[in-house]
Amino acid sequence: MNIHEYQAKGILKSFGVGIQEGIVAKTPEEAVEAAKQLTEQTGTEWYVVKAQIHAGGRGKGTIKETGAHGVVLAKGIDKVADIVKSIVGGVLVTKQTGEDGKKVNQILVAQDVYYPGEVETEEFYMSVLLNRQTGRNIIMYSTEGGMDIETVAEKTPELIYKEEVDPKVGLQGFQARKIAFNLGLSGNAFKEMTKFVTSLYNAYVGIDASMFEINPVLKTSDNKIIAVDAKVNLDDNALFRHKDYAAMLDESEEDAAELEAAKHDLSFVKLDGNVGCMVNGAGLAMATMDIIKLSGGDPANFLDVGGAANAVTVEAGFRIILKDPNVKAILLNIFGGIVRCDRVAAGVVEAVKSIGDINIPVIVRLQGTNAEEGKKIIDDSGLKVNSAITLQDAANLVKELV
Amino acid sequence: MSILVNKDSRVVVQGFTGGEGTFHATQMIEYGTNVVGGVTPGKGGQEHLGKPVFNTVADAVAKAQANTSIIFVPPPFAADAIMEAADAGIKVIVAITEGIPTADMVKVKEYLSDKDCRMIGPNCPGIITPGEAKIGIMPAFIFKEGRIGVISKSGTLTYEAVDQLTKAGLGQSTAIGIGGDPIIGTSTKDAVQLFMEDPDTDGIVMIGEIGGSMEAEAAEWIKENGTKPVVGFIAGQTAPKGKRMGHAGAIIGGANDTAAAKMKIMRECGIHVVESPAEIGAKMKEVLG
Repeated sequence: MNIHEYQAKGILKSFGVGIQEGIVAKTPEEAVEAAKQLTEQTGTEWYVVKAQIHAGGRGKGTIKETGAHGVVLAKGIDKVADIVKSIVGGVLVTKQTGEDGKKVNQILVAQDVYYPGEVETEEFYMSVLLNRQTGRNIIMYSTEGGMDIETVAEKTPELIYKEEVDPKVGLQGFQARKIAFNLGLSGNAFKEMTKFVTSLYNAYVGIDASMFEINPVLKTSDNKIIAVDAKVNLDDNALFRHKDYAAMLDESEEDAAELEAAKHDLSFVKLDGNVGCMVNGAGLAMATMDIIKLSGGDPANFLDVGGAANAVTVEAGFRIILKDPNVKAILLNIFGGIVRCDRVAAGVVEAVKSIGDINIPVIVRLQGTNAEEGKKIIDDSGLKVNSAITLQDAANLVKELV
Repeated sequence: MSILVNKDSRVVVQGFTGGEGTFHATQMIEYGTNVVGGVTPGKGGQEHLGKPVFNTVADAVAKAQANTSIIFVPPPFAADAIMEAADAGIKVIVAITEGIPTADMVKVKEYLSDKDCRMIGPNCPGIITPGEAKIGIMPAFIFKEGRIGVISKSGTLTYEAVDQLTKAGLGQSTAIGIGGDPIIGTSTKDAVQLFMEDPDTDGIVMIGEIGGSMEAEAAEWIKENGTKPVVGFIAGQTAPKGKRMGHAGAIIGGANDTAAAKMKIMRECGIHVVESPAEIGAKMKEVLG
């Protein structure tokens, strides 16, 4: 699960991680109020207005309606309202959002942390994630902060460091010190960084995160270490023990069809193609998408109906797929194991009747337990549904119909 | 012959008396699997499906000589159940449970690292040696005794491949579903190696999917050590970047996670890669001649 920057920073702060302070707001008035409060709290007189959407590249991205960037510096409280007006309610298009962009419903008014002082500011990169090869968490960090880490990995891979954590003992002091040394720090900034790394890792473990990306981590001109941005992903499988974080889900950031599917316990991912599909099992669902492509179509979605492919789930699946105007055909692919194909077939017939006029071709491929009986039910139903038993037959039907 | 499980496997079912455990244990017993009992804490001493219920896995090992376990325990308690099995001396632990938090599995992997046992899964359909033992949730009737080893990350896609093999006249020595989570006990390479060393396996079907590097590692190993033909397929050739495709581990992060990248390296390592999942059975038949 993804959360917003302001939520992520709130969590990090609760674990003692230094952050760029800020207050979330929805209107220009709220934003000015937030700025005043921030001045009292931190003394800052400049503010950074940051669009809160679940996508990176906000600083370089632009608001469709106004041309404003998604992250803007306000050099004085009198500038805040106008900047917020140019961002809130607009659609922000960044490298990561695609052309459609994302609507900005709220902004974060943050303190300016690049103030001049005794030393030069420095930006670093830091992330925490699972190393799937070893089954252990790693802290990945670089002196090259504030830029796209994939670019750094391509051009200067030697500037990316990794520190793996032994799950038996957790992150050790020597590891935090190594990180601070590798980042070239000394004195107070060094101490601050070891504290930053340690509390960051505690937060990662404490909230069952699946990914942290802090870019940039900033050494301020008075040698403090803080997170200026924060991307936090939570492990969906662990949300049962973090109800308070689960409540942070912002439904407006999620695809409507994916949310609808989740309500029916269906696993759905929207794609751009013209052939919808509904399958039992994630692996077979991906394989079905592949077969659609090989047959000359393009998959419109990934949809795993799971173990219970019955009239209710199949109808819900059909309705979600049919909302997409690009869909020109639907392929239902069920391998009956525990779930019997004749039952699935009866469910399909019921669902198709209940929906009424599906005016695009539907292909139903049933294989496994009672496959022949299932095919007969489909064929005898009088519905305009094409049936198949082997995967190759289904593929040929897709080719014919698309 | 076979790998990991056979008619001598003495199976204890963890989460025995729950809905899932009851349903699948019944099917396993019907198949002829030697289920020696089950574990449900607090219900020790009772009988279920005609088999004894134990309070702990240690009891099942001591009193019923269990050496293999299958786990149907819900996600919040599944990691604990796996570690209990390992501590009790179980040699093969099959974890069916889907949805175990990754942090729990980090601990489990560490805990198992110095134990003499092998974990299969979690989030997997289990393992079957046709005609001998079914320790999983797969539909038994599609399998046939034979000499092809099958390795796959997912359930129904495994069944699809097995069904094609069986219909092509190719039975299976053992079919193993290794699971679709980011952290699993038996990797693709581990399973490939076991099949290469099994005298009664003639060919291997290796089915992977997007995410992680296990297929590439297995392919590299096969290039160096392979002695039997391997047919491969990678699901998710059309999957977009950054989106989780059902399985917790099926997500494209970097360039090496894609189906195209995996298929390329598999081909370079001498694996017979099919682009269509409909061609798995036919390809194996062709390769074996």
